Amino acid sequence: MANKRKKLVLVGNGMAGVRTIEHLLKLAPDLYDITIFGAEPHPNYNRIMLSSVLAGGASMEEIVINDLDWYRENGITLHLGQAVSKIDSDNRRVYAEGGIEADYDELIVATGSDAFILPIPGADKEGVIGFRDIKDCVAMQEASRKHKKAAVIGGGLLGLEAARGLLNLGMDVTVIHINEYLMERQLDRPASIMLQKELEAQGMKFLLKKQTEAVLGKQRAKGLLFKDGSMLEADLVVMAVGIRPNVALAQRSGLAVERGIVVDDYMRTNVPGIYSVGECAQHRGIAYGLVAPLYEQGAVLAKSLAGVPVDGYAGSVTSTKLKVSGVDVFSGGIFVEPEGARALRYQDEIEGVYKKLVIMENKLIGAVLFGETGEGASLFSLIKSGESIAGREKELLLGLPADALASGGGGSGTARLEAMPVDEIVCGCNGVSKGDIVSAIEGGCTSLGQIKGCTKASASCGGCKPLVEGLLQIYAGDDVVTVKEGICGCTTLSRDEIVADIKRMGLKTVKEVMNVLEWNNDEGCSKCRPSLNYYLGMLFPAEYKDEKESRFANERYHANIQKDGTYSVIPRIYGGVTSPTELKRIAEVAEKFDVPLVKFTGGQRLDLLGVKKEDLPGVWEALDMPSGHGYGKALRTVKTCVGSTFCRFGTQDAMGMGVRLEKAFERMNAPAKVKLAVSGCPRNCAEATVKDFGVVAVDGGWELHVGGNAGIHVRATDLLGFVKTDDEVEEWASAFLQYYRENATWNERTAPWVERVGLDHVKQVLSDEAERKALHKRLRDTLDRTVDPWKQIVNEPELRKNFERLPAAEVVSVSAADRNDRKEEESA
Amino acid sequence: MSQQVKVGKLTDIDPLGSRRLNVNGLEIALFRLSDGEILAVENRCPHKGGVLSEGMVCGPVVHCPLHDWRIDLRSGEALDPDKGCIETFPTEVRADGTIYLTVPASLLGASGTDTHIA
Ligand code: SRM
Ligand SMILES: Cc1cc2nc3c(=O)[nH]c(=O)nc-3n(C[C@H](O)[C@H](O)[C@H](O)COP(=O)(O)OP(=O)(O)OC[C@H]3O[C@@H](n4cnc5c(N)ncnc54)[C@H](O)[C@@H]3O)c2cc1C
Ligand code: SF4
Ligand code: FES
Repeated sequence: MANKRKKLVLVGNGMAGVRTIEHLLKLAPDLYDITIFGAEPHPNYNRIMLSSVLAGGASMEEIVINDLDWYRENGITLHLGQAVSKIDSDNRRVYAEGGIEADYDELIVATGSDAFILPIPGADKEGVIGFRDIKDCVAMQEASRKHKKAAVIGGGLLGLEAARGLLNLGMDVTVIHINEYLMERQLDRPASIMLQKELEAQGMKFLLKKQTEAVLGKQRAKGLLFKDGSMLEADLVVMAVGIRPNVALAQRSGLAVERGIVVDDYMRTNVPGIYSVGECAQHRGIAYGLVAPLYEQGAVLAKSLAGVPVDGYAGSVTSTKLKVSGVDVFSGGIFVEPEGARALRYQDEIEGVYKKLVIMENKLIGAVLFGETGEGASLFSLIKSGESIAGREKELLLGLPADALASGGGGSGTARLEAMPVDEIVCGCNGVSKGDIVSAIEGGCTSLGQIKGCTKASASCGGCKPLVEGLLQIYAGDDVVTVKEGICGCTTLSRDEIVADIKRMGLKTVKEVMNVLEWNNDEGCSKCRPSLNYYLGMLFPAEYKDEKESRFANERYHANIQKDGTYSVIPRIYGGVTSPTELKRIAEVAEKFDVPLVKFTGGQRLDLLGVKKEDLPGVWEALDMPSGHGYGKALRTVKTCVGSTFCRFGTQDAMGMGVRLEKAFERMNAPAKVKLAVSGCPRNCAEATVKDFGVVAVDGGWELHVGGNAGIHVRATDLLGFVKTDDEVEEWASAFLQYYRENATWNERTAPWVERVGLDHVKQVLSDEAERKALHKRLRDTLDRTVDPWKQIVNEPELRKNFERLPAAEVVSVSAADRNDRKEEESA
Repeated sequence: MSQQVKVGKLTDIDPLGSRRLNVNGLEIALFRLSDGEILAVENRCPHKGGVLSEGMVCGPVVHCPLHDWRIDLRSGEALDPDKGCIETFPTEVRADGTIYLTVPASLLGASGTDTHIA
């Protein structure tokens, strides 16, 4: 199996490139011999944190992401301080300036960007720098020791962060901006004005609407000259006017280059075997300048290099935070309302809070937050999901639940953090959810540093630091350290964390989930494998191919295994309504296959018990009835009473409704088994009030009940609501079941689930008509792809063979050699 | 003394799947691991006789379908916290994918030629 490894070369030892390699190593550790060239003399470090280094919040050592040991441990050949100068794509070889060369089978170009230096006279003088790497940081620190006056050209994110750092270094800092207001690419005018006021209060000076014409001075910069003739004294000039994708090497080597290196959805350039990710790449016309999208690109590339099936990269919506202490700024999506959009604003100049939501067709398309940015992450996930926010707009703007608003109560930060769903991303840079952080705390982390260490939260941009600290306070407050348990012994991750990661990283098979999420048991166990199989099938009904090997025997053989290894067979009898013909056929099959016992089940149908495994397909074939799924985490029975068809009290056709629901939902997989019942009047002969979804007819309509259970812990249902028409019954049932499917933990029945999430929450979700219809449709789409498993097995020899014994064995040799067979020794 | 018997082809067993075989009354389960290795054990859980061939295969371990005991298919031992042991049989997969199983000669009758296998 030890194939010759292919050669993979990475040019650019930066954030996007190395992240791709990390991901690839998780998926396919043995596929490639990896070589990395980096122009900088440092191992991969966190560029984002340069702002903190400059501001004195972190040391250079702290921002290293992959230290030299990491490269060594993963067998990576690393050439530091070696800029690649030539790619010979015909012979698949790269050449570095220092004379080193390397052959490749696959090549990744991840050369990032350069700071854009304005082409003005004097720009080459000493003391004029960009803000891009460690070298620039060191230059600024040194300048601050000898000089007093700094000018930062550019009032965007980078410029303001540089300016803040220089203030911390004791310099007198002026920010020069060509526009009328700061950060115009992230903020609208009111937010920008508040930002400027806050920064002025911190000691920053601003020259707005100023265009720089020249850098003055002899050898070293002495000042700036502006177009309007005015001047400014400065002995350090930081240019933060933008970045330029670093494409020189690509251009020289014949790759298609526009603004950046042109790549397709799989990060392929126009030259076979050469890929590009990161700031140097241009995807669908966009070259991104933030890490989140670059990491998404890296994930796609890693998967395709690993030979794992992957959907292409489709582009990203981005959001930003300004990392300047004392100023909280968030901006995401489209924050200036385009035509047809509406905006909702909140401005409080006393507290210094400004919020704006941009809404188009009931969807959130953008947001700006100033002063209070705690909601940034949740708003951003709404922007990305594109779900309807109709009716919730004000609540979202003010960050309070609607009822708190009504009662005049204020939502404190703590309450908000507590209410935050566990899968909500707190650290957008590293994709760390609230759940990750809470579990780190529960795992013993008691400081921000420790949390950084084990989750990476706030280790990048640090914008989420207040949130992480808030979570620390809530969850580690009394030092009550409870050990966190994962879904099984193979992982420490919870259901929500796993589902969130599957979605975020687009993981597509059970194996991939276990690999990427670093299961400590390579092939999982009988708990996690079926649950992952369920989550994947629920999330990706169209693409995911069910893995029968990850299902329990009952669901693999579509019958209930009995203690002696035989199976029982329960065909579907819709609504418990049968016919003489059907009964005769069942009787004949039972006789033909010598079925030891026939029994009426508690679910209004017939059970053939004690069927031999090898007879199962034959029995199913002869019955010619669909599977009753009496064995699965799936829809079981829909129990009915006779209802108005015969009963003197019946108000509605309970049997008809039961049959309709059973036909609508048959073959539905779920986190646990699901049982329904329909009673024709409140006497409730079908026991609908102990079912997962119970329907009770009343004069003029139907009562809908949810969350009942008659098993281990009896629980009566809660009343979900009342509807008038049959169609509404199906729509509500469908929406309830789908919402349960999407949110419950594997093996959690509706009763504990409803108790856990709260009936009010379920009601609130389902009473939104658009949401209800969307849920209904998702379930329909899922069910329309299913087929009857019994028929499928009967008709497919590849599946059917598994029911048969292997044929008689043929003796080929006799030997007296001891083959280390323990038992043989004993019997000898 | 032991005997090698030919039991089928690799493709008869799905990856992470199992097939049953009856050798003169002894129920044997053949498992195919994720890397293609074939392991054979007595098809009887040491706990209450569950049919192991119906269990879920995780690495070199099968989970019994009845009460979830874990049995190491290489050693035949139940894993902690459970205690028990079943018989294992050497297997060999030849280059053409044919699977051979070695069983004690006693199972096949003294001469080894009498192979009435159900
Ligand atoms: C066949 C049947 C008993 C009967 O002869 O009537 C039955 C048989 C089994 N039940 Fe049941 N249950 C049967 C109706 C019920 C009912 C009554 C009902 O559905 O109306 C209940 C209580 C209602 C409920 O679920 O809320 C019921 C509550 C359980 C439970 C406890 C579930 C719970 O959430 O508390 C289990 C254990 C489990 O699922 O983990 C269970 C498990 C089992 C299993 C599948 C045990 C197993 O995993 O192998 C039994 C299979 C026996 C076999 O060898 O085939 N069975 N079981 C009934 C099949 C109904 C059908 O037509 O599909
Ligand atoms: C001060 C600062 C603050 C930032 N803050 C944020 C933030 O808050 N949030 C955010 O999302 N993003 C932020 N960014 C942007 C983020 O750092 C970049 O998007 C990210 O680093 C880009 O990754 P990359 O791998 O494409 O490029 P880089 O990380 O720049 O890596 C490219 C590497 O390739 C090397 N290289 C170039 N040419 C060659 C060659 N020919 N041969 C060998 N090596 C070569 C370069 O030296 C460099 O080391 C910030 C950036 C800076 C500078
Ligand atoms: S109550 Fe259900 S699980 Fe228990 S013995 Fe009866 S059928 Fe089996
Ligand atoms: S019979 Fe195997 S675990 Fe009980």
